Amino acid sequence: MKRRNFVKQLALSAAVAAIGLGSTAILAQGKTVKVGVLHSLSGTMAISETVLKDIALMAFDEINAKGGVMGMKIEPVVVDPASNWPLFAEKARQLITQDKVAVTFGCWTSVSRKSVLPVFEELNSLLFYPVQYEGEEISRNVFYTGAAPNQQAIPAVEYLMSKDGGSAKRWVLLGTDYVYPRTTNKILRAFLKSKGVAEADIMEEYTPFGHSDYQTIIAKIKKFSSEGKKTAVVSTINGDSNVPFYKELGNQGLKATDVPVVAFSVGEEELRGVDTKPLVGHLAAWNYFMSIKAPANDEFTKKWGAYAKAKNIAGHKDKPLTNDPMEATYIGIYMWKQAVEKAKSFDTAKVSAAMGGQTFTAPSGITSTMDAKNHHLHKAVFIGEVKADGQFNVVWKTKGPVKAQPWSPFIAGNDKKKDEPALMAEKKK
Amino acid sequence: MRNLLFVLLLAAAPAFAIDKAALAKLAEGDNDEKIQAIAALLAEGDPEAAAVLAKFAEGEVVVDGKPVEVVVNNRVRVAVADALAALGLLAPERATRLAAAKALAGGADALMLPLVKKALDKESDPEIKSLLELVASSMQMKGGDKATRIAAIERLGTSNSPNSRTLLAEAVADADEDIRIAAQKSLREVQGKLAWGERAGLLFAGVSLGSILLLAALGLAITYGLMGVINMAHGELIMIGAYTTYVIQDFFKMTFPKAFDWYLLAAIPASFVVAGLVGMMLERVVIRWLYGRPLETLLATWGISLMLIQSVRTIFGAANVQVENPAFMSGGIQAFAGVVLPWSRIWIIAFAALVLFLMYFLLTKTRLGLFVRGVTQNREMAACVGVHTGRVDMWAFGLGSGIAGLAGCALSQIGNVGPDLGQGYIVDSFMVVVFGGVGQLAGTVYAALTLGFANKFLESVSGAVIAKIVVLVFIIFFIQRRPQGLFAVKGRTVEA
Repeated sequence: MKRRNFVKQLALSAAVAAIGLGSTAILAQGKTVKVGVLHSLSGTMAISETVLKDIALMAFDEINAKGGVMGMKIEPVVVDPASNWPLFAEKARQLITQDKVAVTFGCWTSVSRKSVLPVFEELNSLLFYPVQYEGEEISRNVFYTGAAPNQQAIPAVEYLMSKDGGSAKRWVLLGTDYVYPRTTNKILRAFLKSKGVAEADIMEEYTPFGHSDYQTIIAKIKKFSSEGKKTAVVSTINGDSNVPFYKELGNQGLKATDVPVVAFSVGEEELRGVDTKPLVGHLAAWNYFMSIKAPANDEFTKKWGAYAKAKNIAGHKDKPLTNDPMEATYIGIYMWKQAVEKAKSFDTAKVSAAMGGQTFTAPSGITSTMDAKNHHLHKAVFIGEVKADGQFNVVWKTKGPVKAQPWSPFIAGNDKKKDEPALMAEKKK
Repeated sequence: MRNLLFVLLLAAAPAFAIDKAALAKLAEGDNDEKIQAIAALLAEGDPEAAAVLAKFAEGEVVVDGKPVEVVVNNRVRVAVADALAALGLLAPERATRLAAAKALAGGADALMLPLVKKALDKESDPEIKSLLELVASSMQMKGGDKATRIAAIERLGTSNSPNSRTLLAEAVADADEDIRIAAQKSLREVQGKLAWGERAGLLFAGVSLGSILLLAALGLAITYGLMGVINMAHGELIMIGAYTTYVIQDFFKMTFPKAFDWYLLAAIPASFVVAGLVGMMLERVVIRWLYGRPLETLLATWGISLMLIQSVRTIFGAANVQVENPAFMSGGIQAFAGVVLPWSRIWIIAFAALVLFLMYFLLTKTRLGLFVRGVTQNREMAACVGVHTGRVDMWAFGLGSGIAGLAGCALSQIGNVGPDLGQGYIVDSFMVVVFGGVGQLAGTVYAALTLGFANKFLESVSGAVIAKIVVLVFIIFFIQRRPQGLFAVKGRTVEA
């Protein structure tokens, strides 16, 4: 093993010296290209992340069946960071330095992304991050295929303020205690204030990861909502806490017609196994729903159903479900492939440059475009209400794709920040 | 607009066939048009309208014999609910009228006042009548002359619904001083009543959390409290109980889908037996060689816990599995104004009490209990008088593990079932046993309830994150001041 590595290194350095080329990945790996998949397959986030690993593998299979990327087969390296944030950084380092992956698809929580970010920047490798998040970040090593706050949170709150959304006047901001909910709620608080909502009409509540007893919190929401004016709840609860939260919500009979709850991290997958009949009308805001009627979506859900059956994926083999982060993962993988083929290289800088302006017909039926500069996708926003069967009814959508604003204008000082990643290469010089 | 059609309804138009234009609007129109169409259907007073609207609420309209799928959002759903309630108010069946009155009491549009008044005139049932009077009052609050408004405000003061508080809170800011004063007085009364409801709700939440902690800790009270084994795998025994419930549930789903609601009855003994057997095996294979060596026991059982987690992960997968609630565990009962007690929690409290009683009975009234107590108090003496201490150890450990399995069965009904389930309860369980006093059953009960109340009370004041920290800090200080826990075992066994 050691000797082989040594020979490989020798051949590699010779090759690099001879050609003077930086794209080591191609030379080192011959006919296949390794890509990393970094999602929690155990722990509190496994409920959401496991399926992202599966959809990534499905996309790789699809690409390989059609000849791979630049004629090279994709060889996925799947690791399990186990919902443990420092372990994310460790596994990321392992993927890049030991497995020499050309790109990594992974992370769900912002805390895990923040944990791996220094690793990707230090080792100059690429990460595709497929989940809606709080913004306040543009890294030249990350492509964000999920929504920024203005592509999810703000439109959802605007909808609830509108006549059709029930003209909510009082707000409960409820979340899991970490960076994404805290920052999102900071942005929402500023947004609500700009719309004339008083401080006394906003209540903020946080629970720890994996919290399972929502009795008092729901009692608090009930009390708050009876103190006058129409109330709405904005939930940024993440992971498997959502199951006890929604169970308690249903059991305590808090109906969507009285106090609607809009969630930013709850999709088809999280509601699996929850009795959704008492939850009809509660909302979620995403850039994709399984129930969207579009030819691209029919194809996507059909492919996923067949793949889940073939691979015997627990749960999905009987009842295949797709959701927004799955779609975002899928878009990310195909855009990466297109960018590699445009750049004719796996080199981080070259692929990065080729990513800007890539387009892909997303399963949501919208043509998503990667912004030329800010590493975020232009996406359409959908707001759905939970149906009795656990699917979502789209009740509102934007006319077309919306450009992401990673630096939310509702946080002071953001107006001075540049809408593109700071170039580290320049700093080095 | 809506006003108009409720008036129309009062005029009790003769039954027409369902209006096709209205149906088309329901199917194709935007939300404003849909609400107009609902009103139009209501105005016709056709008994079929109720059926059409109920179907519409589920997202289907039949136009020209063809079902059309429609999108119904919350706003339209409220309008449908109001309309259905309005139709229900004049129904001949008491149950329908009562349900309709309750639906309207949740907050109805003031435009429905004439309809409510008409229903009031006809109503003879006292319960429905008082509900409707409240509904009428809440509608009169906003409009009408001063005397009516004040009368309405006063009547609202007798109510105990959160909706009245919302209305009165608005009236407190009224321009008229008399109304303001009346509203303040009524608001105080309503708030007083609601505060009691809130306190009762908090009390229930505390008892509920206490019962869960008690279930989780009871098994440990035997294995750690009585036997002195620091069993770090206790949480995993709970997890095994939860997974057993899951397997039984799946089995019922596949073989007896009709009797699905009763799977819990089979899951309770199954989870007890499975967890108990695993516990007995652990005791025979590992733990019995380590009696009297707490450090080694701790490390060995911790290792076992990791092995159990990993084996479950290998068998069932790393992701959580879904345990569905049977119908009688879903929903809740309206106990006080604004406080709904979920059935699942009520059943778990009852279950915890039952398990506690059975355990008490077993330990104090049976031969096995006598042996267990004898062996824990003085092993040598028990052996001298002919007790097979090894076998008693095995049974006692099996009993403790089985009770952990029962806890898992109960927890599967309210929380997530995953390989890490036990990790979340092991700290709590030890906390309860140590806080209550090692070796004391009564101490465990008091400690579980105390921690349940303290947690819920702090949560309502400071939020869940701070509450958790405060409780842990409190326990640390308490154990420093009183290492023996709430209840100390008196006598010579303390040293053992």
